[in-house]
Amino acid sequence: MFKYFEPNKIFSITSKAPKYVLFLFIVILSIGLTEALILSPEDYKQSHSVRIMYVHVPAAWISLGIFSAITFLSIVGYIFKIRNFFLIAKSLAPSGLVFNIIALVTGSIWGKPTWGTWWAWDARITSMLILALFYIMYLVAWRIFEDNDKVFKVTSIITILGIINVPIIKYSVDWWNTLHQPASINIFSKSSIHISMLFPLMTMTAAFALFSLLIFLMKYNTELIKIKNKGLDRL
Amino acid sequence: MIENLFFMNGYGLYVWSAFSFTLVSFLTLFLVIKIQYKKEKNKFIAKFGSLNSERAAFAKSQSINKEILSNTSNI
Repeated sequence: MFKYFEPNKIFSITSKAPKYVLFLFIVILSIGLTEALILSPEDYKQSHSVRIMYVHVPAAWISLGIFSAITFLSIVGYIFKIRNFFLIAKSLAPSGLVFNIIALVTGSIWGKPTWGTWWAWDARITSMLILALFYIMYLVAWRIFEDNDKVFKVTSIITILGIINVPIIKYSVDWWNTLHQPASINIFSKSSIHISMLFPLMTMTAAFALFSLLIFLMKYNTELIKIKNKGLDRL
Repeated sequence: MIENLFFMNGYGLYVWSAFSFTLVSFLTLFLVIKIQYKKEKNKFIAKFGSLNSERAAFAKSQSINKEILSNTSNI
């Protein structure tokens, strides 16, 4: 099954896909921005500041999702010795870090009018900051270590340690008394968010997911060409 | 309506700065990755050009090398 993940087989797809993904991203983002900034209603308590949710929440979701995917790929790649999984994981990391930073910064901007402060060492915010540090450690490890076996091992350890933080982020608002509000959207139970706000939130999430796919494809193609450059040196 | 869109009952500065930061981050990341991609691709084309005909024929026999050379996408 894993032979289908060989770079030679998938490059023909990954090299052509970015332009279509970029087009789709622009369309969905335009719809999402129109809904988020113009069409969606203001909140009865937070007024217009609630609109920050439409960038803050999708960014946080995607950064968590990407880190989970990186961990899964690193563990499976390490166990089954699939180099390409490490390459996919490495290509996902830059967008994961950027989404994490967006979640932190927009959360801070949202905090000022809502809580009266830009920053608080609250469990949710602190655990998100720790996730950003794990992303940085992961990316730095790829830069520091030249030897493939060593970098695979080190990055796998970083992701395994980092993934412990993911459920802490998710449940921090339930486990501790935090400034951050509890989750408004639940997959398994009724969400407390109205459809007029849920729709723009989902549209923006789709746009952000497309952007991370676009960056992943571009980064993955770059990494493949980098490998091929090394191959040409050996000829 | 336009005024309301900009000022948002006094929250405009917060809302617009959050959205602007997000979009600027997107654009920066996109440009950084695009520059890296172009740099590697140009390096590949230059290296390929410097190969002698025998080595170039061997390198061209690999489908992925052909794909890289034929892919003219700007992204």
